[in-house]
Amino acid sequence: MAALTPIYQKPFWLVALSVGGFGAFFGLVVGTANGNGLLGLFVGALLMVVLAWGYLNLLKNEGNARGITLAIGAVAGFSLGGLPGGIIGAIFGAVGGWLIYWVHEGRYRAFLPPYLTWFQVLWHYGFRVICALIFIFLITPILVVLPLSFNAENFFTFTPEMLRFDPEGYSLKHYRDFFSDSDWQRSFKNSLIIAPIATIISVSLGTLAAIGLSQAHVPGRRAIMAILISPMIVPLIISATGMFFFYSQIGNWMEGTLGLDKTFVGYVKVILAHAVLGIPFVIITVTATLVGFDRSLTRAAANMGADPVTTFFRVQMPLILPGVISGGLFAFITSFDEVVVVLFVGSASQKTLPWQMFTGLREQISPTILAVATILVAISIVLLTTVELLRRRSERLRGMSPG
Amino acid sequence: MSDVTDATTAKRGPTPDDALRMADAKQSGPVLSADGTPLKKSLRRALRMEKLRALALIAPLLIFVTISFIIPIGEMLFRSVENQIVEDTLPNAVRELRQWEGSQEDLPPEPVFEAMYFDMFAAAEAKKHTRLGSRLNYEESGMSSLFRMSGRKLDDLADDYLDALEAIDPDWEEGSVWYEMMSGGGDVARDTELSSRIVGQISNLEQSFLPDLNAFAPSREISELLPKTAEAYTNFAVFEALVDERDITDRDPWESVYPALIADMKTADVAGYDGPHADMLRELKANIDDFEAPDYQQVFAGVADAWAVPETWATIKAHSVRYTNGYFLNAIDMKRTPDGAVSQPENRQILVTLFQRTLKMSLIITGSCILLGYPIAWILANLPRGKANLLMILVLLPFWTSLLVRTSAWKVMLQQQGVINDTLVWLGLVGDDSRLIMMNNSTGTIIAMTHILLPFMILPMYSVMQTINPSYLRAAKSLGATNWTAFWRVYFPQSIPGIGAGSILVFILAIGYYITPEIVGGTDGVFISNRIAYHISSSLNWGLAAALGSILLAVVLILYWAYDRIVGIDNVKLG
Repeated sequence: MAALTPIYQKPFWLVALSVGGFGAFFGLVVGTANGNGLLGLFVGALLMVVLAWGYLNLLKNEGNARGITLAIGAVAGFSLGGLPGGIIGAIFGAVGGWLIYWVHEGRYRAFLPPYLTWFQVLWHYGFRVICALIFIFLITPILVVLPLSFNAENFFTFTPEMLRFDPEGYSLKHYRDFFSDSDWQRSFKNSLIIAPIATIISVSLGTLAAIGLSQAHVPGRRAIMAILISPMIVPLIISATGMFFFYSQIGNWMEGTLGLDKTFVGYVKVILAHAVLGIPFVIITVTATLVGFDRSLTRAAANMGADPVTTFFRVQMPLILPGVISGGLFAFITSFDEVVVVLFVGSASQKTLPWQMFTGLREQISPTILAVATILVAISIVLLTTVELLRRRSERLRGMSPG
Repeated sequence: MSDVTDATTAKRGPTPDDALRMADAKQSGPVLSADGTPLKKSLRRALRMEKLRALALIAPLLIFVTISFIIPIGEMLFRSVENQIVEDTLPNAVRELRQWEGSQEDLPPEPVFEAMYFDMFAAAEAKKHTRLGSRLNYEESGMSSLFRMSGRKLDDLADDYLDALEAIDPDWEEGSVWYEMMSGGGDVARDTELSSRIVGQISNLEQSFLPDLNAFAPSREISELLPKTAEAYTNFAVFEALVDERDITDRDPWESVYPALIADMKTADVAGYDGPHADMLRELKANIDDFEAPDYQQVFAGVADAWAVPETWATIKAHSVRYTNGYFLNAIDMKRTPDGAVSQPENRQILVTLFQRTLKMSLIITGSCILLGYPIAWILANLPRGKANLLMILVLLPFWTSLLVRTSAWKVMLQQQGVINDTLVWLGLVGDDSRLIMMNNSTGTIIAMTHILLPFMILPMYSVMQTINPSYLRAAKSLGATNWTAFWRVYFPQSIPGIGAGSILVFILAIGYYITPEIVGGTDGVFISNRIAYHISSSLNWGLAAALGSILLAVVLILYWAYDRIVGIDNVKLG
């Protein structure tokens, strides 16, 4: 992005004000941690202002100056708080050094329109800071879970060893627990049985229905759509309550009249319940893909003598496949994540991974949950990437702009 | 194509544009398609085929969703008003209670007590009286133990009569004697109306369909002579033969036949009777003055004091209707009494508070999602595409992450020995002994749920903001608007559809949440859904759970309808 505004050097009072404020903030934090906040505040502010003055008037070499600030920060941090302190200090130093020159040279205005007032510039950057904080809020819980799952202790918080980056503070213990504990393994297996079958049911029925819904003339389309989407809208607890009453009767009937195995019936109940929950996602994604589908292609195929089935599999299916797959992934993750319905409809032998986590969180709380959580995050990253790639592929196939 | 005559008289076969030619010809007949049928008709047929094909594609899913989702929901709605258990368990007593006006001062008349005795006896034999006890216990505590105890103690009266009867003739204890007497022996007219009525009652009691009983029906003569005894015996016979599948010909009857027999004999004239064991009846009639007619009111008073209190009977009467609004009244902290709906006592009023809290907290969560989501959606919509996609990952990653992972993460962060408190203590902002309590209360629920639902707010807002043309804002500014005016008067109104869509979505999701409040909510951060789960799995008051669910469903459906109106349900976007 090209610069919009010519930049020029700013007066020293502006530099002093901003870097002083920055130093004061960190000084306050460090000072409070060490017992005297006010002292820290003054020392931090003074240190930064003096450094800035020295760099700009005496040293006059940006590279060296930023190196020196980084080193000062690292050493100061290390002496106060060991290795973690050192790293925080180094980051602080690097940012501080960059900040001095960023303000002094007026670089902050380079990419903004030249007519902005100083307040608008301040708001521009203030707004970005606010957004950054919200993004941190969004992502922190996940970032906290990852390192904690490698905790060597049975604690849910960072131990001093972990903060010192001592290898002894980290271990794969909780992952070993997960892979050796029979309860966790059984629930993992159950999830891997239930989710794929439920997905196949909802994808096959859902895709057919979505194709039907995308036809030009469907009587009562709005009502049908409302019914098909309703499993997503009705709160899970209500679906679960309804299904609890209904499926216990169905289950009794299947066991009593048809004489089926109790465990098998249990799986059937949970799979059917999960298939229903996944259907809205398939309908929504596949319908969205079909919106851009060129209908003349099927007519062309029919014109050349293909029967409807061939047309579907050779012409329509390849084009809507990305939508179908991403709908399937949504359905899969819905079932894989679902806990309320399985809690009500299933019995102990259908305990799924989320159910096991839920019990773990409510009763005997063990950090194995964090290891499982990390594995699930990894799975969701893979799924997210797949969906994103599929979306782009589908847009490219349909000749829309990629991205 | 002006020269029509030329085209139609030309000597050649039909071509596709013949229809057009004919249309241009302004002929009086209908427009025909290539194969000669009227065009309108064949178009209509094609349209009908197309509709049928579309419906055939949709049908399998529609049937599947209807059966496994819509019907269960419907059944839940039905359960919230269904209340057949009282009448099914105590059919005669309920019928008699209808005659009673249900006053607070007087006990019901004797026929009620009598009917109750025999109904309760049958229910106790079928072991269904405790089920009714638990049902009534939701309305009035103490009912459960009252019914359990009464079922045990009703035998006492009968045992006294049996001892006295045996003193006259030991054969009164014999099951085979009873069977012969009641069936009239051999080929006689049978009272099949009575037996099929009893089969119906027992079917209701057992909640399963029973076939008609062919093996036994009391003889018409005996059922006219000893109506109460015949009914009590038929109850026994039907239950033992059809439910327990036993041979009743020489089985001892339930003890309830003895008080019935005494009551009947007080008035019966057995002189003309000559069926089996007529001598025993005559002998009994001769001695009948030694027996006291059963006083059922006394019997019940002896079983438990509660039976001598009119309120107990009033409660049973109030809940004896087949379809009740009682569960819905309970759901709004009221209860059904013979005098109409009244408020629950103070200490049982929690549900309205819970509903209010659910709504209030859902609003707070929706509000904080708007506050946090708006800047994010704005910056995503206004940054260059590459950067926006990169930042979008930060929104989508939590969206795709398991709900339980995020909830457990918040538990790890918020607890007193958790990450946030540790950091604050390390920074010296809070003392080690005054760590913040951010979990197991409403704060925890609000923080965690705001985080979990934030992507549902950002995504619709983002898709709306993407379509807002930035030049409007610039135009406003060049016309002299300040930043604030330009935003508030030009940009914000255009982004309202996004806020509306996101808010309804978040609100709908929030009021039905169960998992997160359950884990981080403690006691004052739980929602109505937690109460529903409690009634389903712990208190087993399913009717109340269904009523609460129905109310919640009604709220959600209204919002869903609003969403459909504002956004259109097929415009929902995922990721």
